[in-house]
Amino acid sequence: MEKVFYTLHDFMIYSEGITYLLMGGILVFLLLFWLFLTDSDKKKRTF
Amino acid sequence: MALEKSRVNRPLFTPFNIVAGIILIVGLFLTVSRFWGGLGTVTNLDNNNPWGIWIGFDLLCGVALAAGGYVTSAACYIFGLKRFHSAVRPAILTAFLGYALVVFALNFDVGRPWRLPYPLFFSQGTSSLLFEVGLCVFLYLNVLFIEYSPAALEWLGYKKIRNFVVKLTLVLTIFGVVLSTLHQSSLGALFLIAPSKLHPLWYSSYLPVFFFVSSIFAGMSMVIFEGSLAHRFLHHKMDKTHLDESLGVALGFGKAASFVMMGYIATKFIGIASDNNWHYLATGWGLWFLLELIGFVAVPAFLYAVAVRDKNIKLVRIASILAVLGIVLNRLNVSVIAFNWHLPSSARYFPSWKEIGISLFIVTIGIIAYRFIATKMPILHEHPDYKNDH
Repeated sequence: MEKVFYTLHDFMIYSEGITYLLMGGILVFLLLFWLFLTDSDKKKRTF
Repeated sequence: MALEKSRVNRPLFTPFNIVAGIILIVGLFLTVSRFWGGLGTVTNLDNNNPWGIWIGFDLLCGVALAAGGYVTSAACYIFGLKRFHSAVRPAILTAFLGYALVVFALNFDVGRPWRLPYPLFFSQGTSSLLFEVGLCVFLYLNVLFIEYSPAALEWLGYKKIRNFVVKLTLVLTIFGVVLSTLHQSSLGALFLIAPSKLHPLWYSSYLPVFFFVSSIFAGMSMVIFEGSLAHRFLHHKMDKTHLDESLGVALGFGKAASFVMMGYIATKFIGIASDNNWHYLATGWGLWFLLELIGFVAVPAFLYAVAVRDKNIKLVRIASILAVLGIVLNRLNVSVIAFNWHLPSSARYFPSWKEIGISLFIVTIGIIAYRFIATKMPILHEHPDYKNDH
């Protein structure tokens, strides 16, 4: 069900809030993905 | 001598030559038909759908998939990743042919080829994004021609001019990156003018960012894909350096493409969130959007990552095919499929067989030109006079 907004302010608070939460999640995901991607490089190290 | 003999004995009627010959003959007839009778004789375009696959496929996909030129030369000459050096010439050649064919294809769409220089030299629309795209493509095509020319000059034996052009490499690379950043993003920005026509899932104020970021992994995937084709069909033209470095190029580009693709998916979701378009995901268009984003971006990104971890060259190549298809699907979605989405199906555009024929004709010209140049000139091998000259 689509959320109804009565003011632009309401819309911005809602959409920006979701965007910021999403960006936080993306930061964590990309960090984990980078570790997954570069995992084989670290295995080569002998120190 | 043996090479000469094998060249003479090579049969003319190979399956490739027959198919390419038929496409070229049909394409020539269609070209005459288009320029003699106008757009209406060969296309299904109308006032609702003023552009079709000649723009959506030939132009938008052509430009995106030719991005390998600036990505590879930037990696090698700006970031100093010399282990990718063997990939530079094939990538530059693909980019040069890609852009040349984009301009060639544009003539079919706009007509009157002799008027093509007018927007650049006689009547500049400096406030227009399309003018910026046109100017960038014009300049970048020249840059690519100069970047490609050392291979032709080595082949022709013009040592002095070749040595002079090679000295310009860094300047040309920087110029190429600047121009590509400008026009790759501007091609996306062109659609910002039509928020009511493009489906909200594809329309976003971040469209220029989407187009630019996707061009980076499109270019990388195309370099990998084209490398695998060269391995299969032009293996005999590749020297030891190119063969030795090809695995590193595929894995290195696969790794970079994987991370950029994940970043691209993230920006796509930020685009949905900032416009609050989540509810569209539960519709038929939403499923189509998710198929594009998950099936042809997330899946190849994950396959790239697994392939890089396992050093699995086959998987990298499969991922590159999916990624290239994903770019084609994305550009077609933005320009044709999800464009005019609100129109009834009777008023929607579907390309005529003649339009598809012209597109095939143009792609075939590109393949023949690539094969001719890669066979004759030092593209997949180093010229013996210039070994280790980089």
